[in-house]
Amino acid sequence: MNQAAPLRQPIRAARPLPVDLRPFLLPLAVVGLAEVMALLFVPADSFSLAAPHQIAVEFARMLVDGTFLVRTLETLGAAMAGLALGGLLGLAAGVMLGLSEAADKVTSMTVEVLRPMPPTALIPLSLLVFGFGLTMEIAIVAFTTIWPVLVLGRAAVRETEPRLMEVAKVLRMSFFRRLTRIVIPGAIPRIFVAFRLAAAIALIVSVTVEIVANPRGLGYGMMLSSQALRPATAFAFLVWIAIVGWGFNRVLILVERHLFGGLQGDAR
Amino acid sequence: MDRVIQFSNVSLAIGGRHILDDINIDIARGEFVAIVGPSGCGKTTLLRLLAGLAAPSSGEILLDGTPVRAPRQDVAVVFQDYGKALLPWRTASGNIALALEAMNVPRDQWPARIAELLATMGLERDGDKRPGEMSGGMQQRLQIARCLAQQPGVLLMDEPFGALDAITRQLLQDEVLALAERTGMTVFFVTHDLEEAIYLGNRVVALNASPGRVARTFPIDLPHPRDQLSTREHPTFLELRHDLFSFIKGGTGK
Repeated sequence: MNQAAPLRQPIRAARPLPVDLRPFLLPLAVVGLAEVMALLFVPADSFSLAAPHQIAVEFARMLVDGTFLVRTLETLGAAMAGLALGGLLGLAAGVMLGLSEAADKVTSMTVEVLRPMPPTALIPLSLLVFGFGLTMEIAIVAFTTIWPVLVLGRAAVRETEPRLMEVAKVLRMSFFRRLTRIVIPGAIPRIFVAFRLAAAIALIVSVTVEIVANPRGLGYGMMLSSQALRPATAFAFLVWIAIVGWGFNRVLILVERHLFGGLQGDAR
Repeated sequence: MDRVIQFSNVSLAIGGRHILDDINIDIARGEFVAIVGPSGCGKTTLLRLLAGLAAPSSGEILLDGTPVRAPRQDVAVVFQDYGKALLPWRTASGNIALALEAMNVPRDQWPARIAELLATMGLERDGDKRPGEMSGGMQQRLQIARCLAQQPGVLLMDEPFGALDAITRQLLQDEVLALAERTGMTVFFVTHDLEEAIYLGNRVVALNASPGRVARTFPIDLPHPRDQLSTREHPTFLELRHDLFSFIKGGTGK
């Protein structure tokens, strides 16, 4: 009789907390520390650093006067347009290469060479061809987002259940129907993941292009304030860009869950 | 006899390995033929050749006198792995619609046909369920219903009940028997379950392994309709069971 004594755990009354506040402790501590450090060491009219309260004021100002809104729309517009273009091209190519081994053989080396090219390396050429403005930014975002969608889309199509393809053969379904009834619907959850990843990349690339070369959007706003020696404004932009990036990804994840959550076993 | 299926001198070799060797089987219209044999004897391969999913190295398979070169819509295939053969993102009705669309059935006739096919397989209340929400037995019923949408003259079944529990298996055996009788379909039924073969078949064809050859054919002289209790206790059933088991065990037979 060496039965282990039942493990007794003190049962705590579950206190309903609407929001778990612990994740906010670290950022609040950092901001508080920064405020103290700024008060002690940074002059109020510094050209390089700003105190959190100064940043907050700038943030509020740009939130209210529409600066954030206009610049965010510019950046997101370019990112989305580039994603739409690059994503569709990448999807079409990915589906084709996933279906045809021959086509994949012909193109795989080219894809592998182009894929790792840093998007920033395209800026000079794109400037030359398109000049400043929306078009050059869209072109670079499109070029960058083609690859993740192509590679993931190709893999998704390749992993179409072979048994389903046999069912299609037995039913003598046409190529077009196999594609639209079996291959694409089966690959859609993973294609959406590819688009979500590509969307995050699109935002990064857009902001980068704006910082480096293109006089528009959030990146340029940040660049301007830095050149105007207004650190509070630059910091406020930085905080805003972080919020936009986070919110953007949240929205995409929610859409994905809404569309595919628990829908099928192989959606993962 | 009215011959529907004819394997004549069918052989298949892949990379120098002989899978099937000189298979000759004639099957009459409306016959229920069960193919048994040890694993690796090529019985599933035989079915795939008949389905037009693969081609023999030599010899010929005739269906209604025409050589099989590709799948035909009047030949339906029930695969063992129902979980992979159904579209997981479509409902039961949607899965049947896949076949109706492929058969070019006009869209306005779909609802009636789907309801009828679901009812045939006892799924009348499950049309809106996705395969993931159905039990294994229901999924296999659904696959059979989808095959019936092709209104097949010949039904090929590849170990269709191998993955099901014993009770579901017996229920489905009886349903398939009743279905074959009602429709007059010819059924080509591959199984490794010898008793299932005897219970279902008008004839059991036993294959040898490596290379797969027709070892022996057992005509099954059991009264119809079959019954899970009385048929399985019938002296002829027991005798056949004895013969078939000792034949398979002996490898080459008595």
